[in-house]
Amino acid sequence: MFGKLTWDAIPLDQPIPLGASALVALVMIGVLAWVFLKGYVPYLWREWITSVDHKRIGVMYCILALIMLLRGFIDALMMRSQQALAFHGPGYLPPEHYDQIFSAHGTIMIFFVAMPFVIGLMNFVIPLQLGVRDVAFPTMNSVSFWLTASGSFLVTISLVIGEFARTGWLAYPPLSELTYSPGVGVDYYLWALEISGVGTLMAGINMATTILKMRAPGLTYTRMPVFCWTSLASNLLIVAAFPILTAVLAMLLLDRYCDFHFFTNDAGGNPMMFVNLIWAWGHPEVYILILPAFGVFSEVIATFSGKPLFGYRSMIAATMAICILSFTVWLHHFFTMGAGGDVNAVFGILSMIIAIPTGVKIFNWLFTLYGGRVRYTASMCWSVGFMVTFVIGGMTGVLLAVPPADFVLHNSLFLVAHFHNVIIGGVLFGAFAGYQYWFPKAFGFTLDERLGKAAFWCWFVGFWVTFVPLYMLGLMGMTRRMQHYDRPEWYPWTLISMAGALLILCGIILQVAQLLVSIRTRDRRREPTGDPWDGRTLEWATPSPPPVFNFAVYPDVSGAEPYWGMKQKVRESLKWGDEPKYTAIEIPRNTPTGFVAGFFAAATGFALIWHIWWLVIVGLVGAYATFVVFAWRDVSEVEIPADEVARIDRANRAARGAALERQPA
Amino acid sequence: MSAADVSHAIGDSAPLGRGPEGHSHLDGDSQSTSAAGPAPRRIIVGYGFWIFLLSDIIMFSGFFATYAVLNGATNGGPGPAQLFDTTNVAIETACLLASSFACGMASLAVAERNRMWTQLSLLVTGLLGAAFLGLELKEFSGLVERGAGPTHSAFLSSFFTLVGCHGAHITAGLLWLGTMMAQFYAKGFRENIQHRFLCFSLFWHALDIIWIAIFSLVYLNGTRV
Amino acid sequence: MASTVETNSPPMQRVGHRSGFAMIIAVLRSLVVLGLLASLGGCGETVLSPIGPVGAAERTILLDAVAIMLAIVVPTIVATLAFAWWFRAGNSRARYLPTWQYSGQLELLVWSVPALVVLFLGGIAWISSHELDPAQPLTSTVKPAPQTLEVEVVSLDWKWLFIYPDQQLASINRLVVPTGVPLHLRVTSATVMNVFFVPRLGSEIYSMSGMATQLNLQADQPGTFPGLSANFSGDGFSDMAFTLEAVDSGKFAAWVTETKSAGDVLDDNAYRHLLRQSRNTQPYTYRAVDAGLFNRIVSMHLPAGYGPGGSPSTGER
Repeated sequence: MFGKLTWDAIPLDQPIPLGASALVALVMIGVLAWVFLKGYVPYLWREWITSVDHKRIGVMYCILALIMLLRGFIDALMMRSQQALAFHGPGYLPPEHYDQIFSAHGTIMIFFVAMPFVIGLMNFVIPLQLGVRDVAFPTMNSVSFWLTASGSFLVTISLVIGEFARTGWLAYPPLSELTYSPGVGVDYYLWALEISGVGTLMAGINMATTILKMRAPGLTYTRMPVFCWTSLASNLLIVAAFPILTAVLAMLLLDRYCDFHFFTNDAGGNPMMFVNLIWAWGHPEVYILILPAFGVFSEVIATFSGKPLFGYRSMIAATMAICILSFTVWLHHFFTMGAGGDVNAVFGILSMIIAIPTGVKIFNWLFTLYGGRVRYTASMCWSVGFMVTFVIGGMTGVLLAVPPADFVLHNSLFLVAHFHNVIIGGVLFGAFAGYQYWFPKAFGFTLDERLGKAAFWCWFVGFWVTFVPLYMLGLMGMTRRMQHYDRPEWYPWTLISMAGALLILCGIILQVAQLLVSIRTRDRRREPTGDPWDGRTLEWATPSPPPVFNFAVYPDVSGAEPYWGMKQKVRESLKWGDEPKYTAIEIPRNTPTGFVAGFFAAATGFALIWHIWWLVIVGLVGAYATFVVFAWRDVSEVEIPADEVARIDRANRAARGAALERQPA
Repeated sequence: MSAADVSHAIGDSAPLGRGPEGHSHLDGDSQSTSAAGPAPRRIIVGYGFWIFLLSDIIMFSGFFATYAVLNGATNGGPGPAQLFDTTNVAIETACLLASSFACGMASLAVAERNRMWTQLSLLVTGLLGAAFLGLELKEFSGLVERGAGPTHSAFLSSFFTLVGCHGAHITAGLLWLGTMMAQFYAKGFRENIQHRFLCFSLFWHALDIIWIAIFSLVYLNGTRV
Repeated sequence: MASTVETNSPPMQRVGHRSGFAMIIAVLRSLVVLGLLASLGGCGETVLSPIGPVGAAERTILLDAVAIMLAIVVPTIVATLAFAWWFRAGNSRARYLPTWQYSGQLELLVWSVPALVVLFLGGIAWISSHELDPAQPLTSTVKPAPQTLEVEVVSLDWKWLFIYPDQQLASINRLVVPTGVPLHLRVTSATVMNVFFVPRLGSEIYSMSGMATQLNLQADQPGTFPGLSANFSGDGFSDMAFTLEAVDSGKFAAWVTETKSAGDVLDDNAYRHLLRQSRNTQPYTYRAVDAGLFNRIVSMHLPAGYGPGGSPSTGER
């Protein structure tokens, strides 16, 4: 009836997971109870859960990312503390548990923090920057989000029921095959990723179509903001790379469920094939993450320097070069598998070549700063912090791209430090910069600047204190994923690294505080015009938060930096244009399709993991039925009457008019 | 100042706010697309679905690459030359190609809004697709009976997965087809249903193309002398 | 101590167009080395204090590459901080160039400088990838060239098996080698992927079931050096430590004789015992090994490791 699921699946005999599960369950039940008792459920259902508005979905993606960041970071604290304690001793985490923690840490951080954060920002911003009303496929957008949420649900529930994979975040076979991982852990991993992978692929299709086929009149490709260009490159990479992930994980699933022999030790299986395929996805994946972050920095640095981005066209060229090159370098993740001098050298050189367009971007940001009047808001702090941190990470990357250097550093803590250097210094700093930058657009008030800057400094210093010791440890021969060790010279470095992690913890606490304090004191920091930063791109032309239809009429774009040009004209002439003719606007109707699809996906995934076959069938039938019900609806749009449109737009015009009068002559 | 101030745009003339329909979009030229605002719905739907098809082809490429690497790993068992029946494959191919032709007929009938011919040609499409599937299942069960099921070697695992993945797509397509037939029956030729049918026919034809790759690279290549 | 800090810069007499550049590189490299060694506590068990030619060559490449890249990275970081500070909004002395967004000369510079560095590093990568390819046999400068010592390495759950086919003995978790003799290692795995790695010797290589990778190394200094697996292989992974003992040829011959005089025989049955998962295995030796055992492991005539199930028929759920 319940497949393999029994009461044994709950870790009653292991205090740490039990305690953690209890805490998570308490928090979740507490939040749900509060929401229910305060009567927020109808509002949440109507306005958020069933929303197909890209702005709402973008915010939900970011909320998911931030919550999972807490979970992934706790894993990191546990790893650092285990290594700091496990010198000549077992530490406090037995290998069975420690192995799950580092596997969960990597899986969560990549798939359920970095990806949702980046996709959330792209979701929120792109239609606004393109001057259009929504993405190409709004309902599919909602489905994408809820599938990602289903995946994160499965990863979270593995803490309470069963176990997680003990294989590392990429689950190489033969270790991840049934023979060496007979439990449900790898199955949780595989189904969570397959489900959320479908969601991500759909998001990629959605965004790519939006950028390529839906732009305001006059917004040609070379007038698009750089964030849209980098998002385009990132989404094209999603479309090209995620199918490979789907295929290779499906093969591993077939090995485990149906006794196939793709990657087994016997019957001709070839684990190297897994390694090749997973990295053919895995390398583009990291560029999927970093390119939108580069886009954020381009926007932030230009806005807060008070000048246009330097070298717009070479930025585009560099972005597309990175996009293409990212598919040609995957072997550098396993130089030490003995591919031979020719193969290693070619991939090494290709990997170095990616450093060229990346370097071009750094220099373009540098020259954007030059001759600017730089205002140091928190976003700008993250950006300068990024420029300094990322070049070091890039340098260690190019170093590892020289095969003989990799021969002594592969899989060591030097490697771990390198990729955290570029992912934290690049992706996470970019996500935080974007969060600070676009928060006022989403919610109508800015975040507290002092707390934001304090959080930045804790993260920045904390990052270096955590990871410089790991660089040292890698050079000292310490490999990754060690649960205990007995080399005394490693011990002090693990302690320093632990201290750095605690500093980062302070940064996170400050960020949580910033959010709470900002919400509490939001009336003090409201910005009525919708343009708190004197922005240069079209999203700042809307009210904050933008109405559901974004723009009352499509902006007519002429010239590069369309919004900036408009603003300068108005400032110089001190004259408003006439009010436009307001008409009714039809927007896509909200639907529970996404949420219900996500529900059935989670149920199906859970059922597959525990071999509850009848539930699998119910889940699949349910998912299909959801699709049919959605396809059967006759009314797919809601009309916003012209007076409503007029009222919203006139209020914004009035606020901007007042600001215009107040500006110094 | 709001966007409204400076936009007395062409976009204004589309009162429903969904973007102007009037300009030439059929050529898909980016200059005219962006000069006129967002593309019309049909173009957007078709374009997005094409991107999905490309992603699906990449997924198949993963299976093709795996087959290419593993097709020599027969674990001492039979290899392609011993197992593949090219006659059966020829009949399957004929079914699928005819099915695509019927689907093309259906597209014409939909454009004409002819209910009878739409349903008839869709039915033929479905029956031929089901025939293909039946033959494939017969082939698979025959192999399993001969002791050449997918659990016996890496070669067989990769063969069953590659060809089976295509078969799974055909199955999903048949389910979709049935749903389309029901939609046409219940709701007629409404615009968004036509858009869905456009996607279905693209999907069906793409499966045909993938099948051509399969029978060339797997069956013909495997049984050549 | 000085020998590890020695540089390969050309002698001062060879003044030419290269020497200025080479001197900068040499200085930067020395700074990097000093900085790293200072922070690493001197001659530790590090990748930067190799005891053999492979590790030494890799160390040179590592340091050279870092030095070359620092020549770009350091000015970039300095410029970033400088511009970020000088062009802050409060600084009225800084020029404001609100429309400056393109410069052809700068474009040329920002594309070509990284390209030149990559070209240079790419050349280093090409040459060194071939010279230091793990399968490349070592050329000896000593005449007559000493006979290569063959060692066959098998990674198990969770210990290392070292088979000496010419000496017909085997050792668990302890690899004894003579100094100054090229080692040719053939590496495979009985279970999941591992990586054979002795940080102070140099290159590492994956061990994979059903195939044999190759590695050529040499230990030039005597001593005991830690070895480990550099690819996570399961719950007992942290116990995959082994020691490399480099001794002079006389001591090595003595060790061979001593090992062959006591201990068990490693035949197929004894090997199947090893296939069971075990942790924290103390080093021991076998006095004899069945001929061709390694080849039978590679060709999968002997079964793979048993996994947590503990017996050969696992794979069922």
